[in-house]
Amino acid sequence: MITQRYTKEHEWVRVDGDTATVGISDYAQEQLGDIVYVDLPEAGAELEKGAEAAVVESVKAASEVYAPIGGEVTEANAALADDPAKVNGDAEGEGWFFKLTASDPSELDGLMDSAAYEDYLANLA
Amino acid sequence: MVNSHDQAIKVTPLDALHRELGAKMLPFAGYAMPMQYQGIIAEHQHTRGEAGLFDVSHMGQAIVRGADAARALETLVPSDLTELAVGKTRYTVFTNDAGGILDDLMVTNRGDHLFVVVNAACKDQDFAHMRERLGEAVKLEVIEDRALLALQGPKAAAVLGRLAPPCRHMMFMTAETLTIADVSCFVTRSGYTGEDGYEISVAADKADHLARLLLAENEVAAIGLGARDSLRLEAGLCLYGSDIDATTTPIEATLAWTVSRRRRAEGGFPGAGVILRQIAEGVRRKRVGLIPDGKVPARSHAQVSDAAGIVIGEVTSGGFGPTVGAPVAMGYVAIEYAQVGTPVQFLVRGKAHPGRVAKLPLVEHRYFKK
Repeated sequence: MITQRYTKEHEWVRVDGDTATVGISDYAQEQLGDIVYVDLPEAGAELEKGAEAAVVESVKAASEVYAPIGGEVTEANAALADDPAKVNGDAEGEGWFFKLTASDPSELDGLMDSAAYEDYLANLA
Repeated sequence: MVNSHDQAIKVTPLDALHRELGAKMLPFAGYAMPMQYQGIIAEHQHTRGEAGLFDVSHMGQAIVRGADAARALETLVPSDLTELAVGKTRYTVFTNDAGGILDDLMVTNRGDHLFVVVNAACKDQDFAHMRERLGEAVKLEVIEDRALLALQGPKAAAVLGRLAPPCRHMMFMTAETLTIADVSCFVTRSGYTGEDGYEISVAADKADHLARLLLAENEVAAIGLGARDSLRLEAGLCLYGSDIDATTTPIEATLAWTVSRRRRAEGGFPGAGVILRQIAEGVRRKRVGLIPDGKVPARSHAQVSDAAGIVIGEVTSGGFGPTVGAPVAMGYVAIEYAQVGTPVQFLVRGKAHPGRVAKLPLVEHRYFKK
């Protein structure tokens, strides 16, 4: 079963079995504008929930991306090195940032499902 | 979203137009300003290839009037204004007693008065400074009822020329009063992008009409402050508060050309002692272009070190240069490292990234000159 959840900091995490894939939401890429570089964690890195995991650089500014759940990084999205604009084009698909093996699946419990995230965004404006 | 609760935020005469165009609005220098419309990279490229329309109405516009207006204003800046011909525009800086820069500005001789344009964030203190220092014989009239638009890019002259043919013959840094489709405007051939183009001062109540007329031309797109910043950075133009401020002198900032020959001989401007000594003896640090080798942008306040890791300076403006297609920056380095090609390192998030000192501008200017 695939479960997708969102954080208040606009990361998404999609869990499929043991593997969790992490990225930033479509709303986040829209807010950041043109993305020109993504600094990703290396495979093997141990991340705790809420730890700084990546940095996304738009034309204007650098922004931190936090680990929505903890775990060991298994893969970073190598395609973003050559084409960081993939994050703008498909933030919740091809523009994923990294995959990790979730250390504690219960960490998902406090995160928002897509309906709750939509409500959260509606109340930001 | 930041400013909905802030009643003090000011708007420009083009506010409704920006919102209609779907601009992302952000507060800047007390004004709600368009940061971007389509996206910074697309807007940047459009300006370099076609023509971009910028709302810069937040900037301060004023008239300095009086028999000795030029001589009086010369007491605050190191440039030659008494010999500035009618219809000519000049870039200069207000200096302080330590030789630092209080603001940079444009001055145009309009015959019976000088027209000045200063930075939005500095305008209140600039006008106070001028009122205090210009003396009784000279009158400062702050212009509150005019907008300022900039039309920039290689197609700017073709576009504006359709609506006001005489603009085609204006040279870079000259000024004229032009009627643009029935609207009387005060136009200078100048800008802040490195491209050919115009800055257009227009009555606030005609600005929306004029902006829509210009946007209706095929080559023209609305451009936000985001692209304005990446364009001026590639063009090597200083941003006040980042690249120049009260602690940087015009000589360190490589703006020595604003200090005219006559003023070098005569002095008589704030900080003349420091500035003239620096011209004669040199400076310890200098503003230079900086290019990181890789893809990691080095932004404002990033430390610059030499190949051995010794700190030699700091980035003052940095980001991604869409025309260069890579990160670009400028900043100050110790004079021994200021030569073009010198290898340096940028400290970004605790890691050193190699790069080099580069020639300014990072993208060649394309002004309309003889």
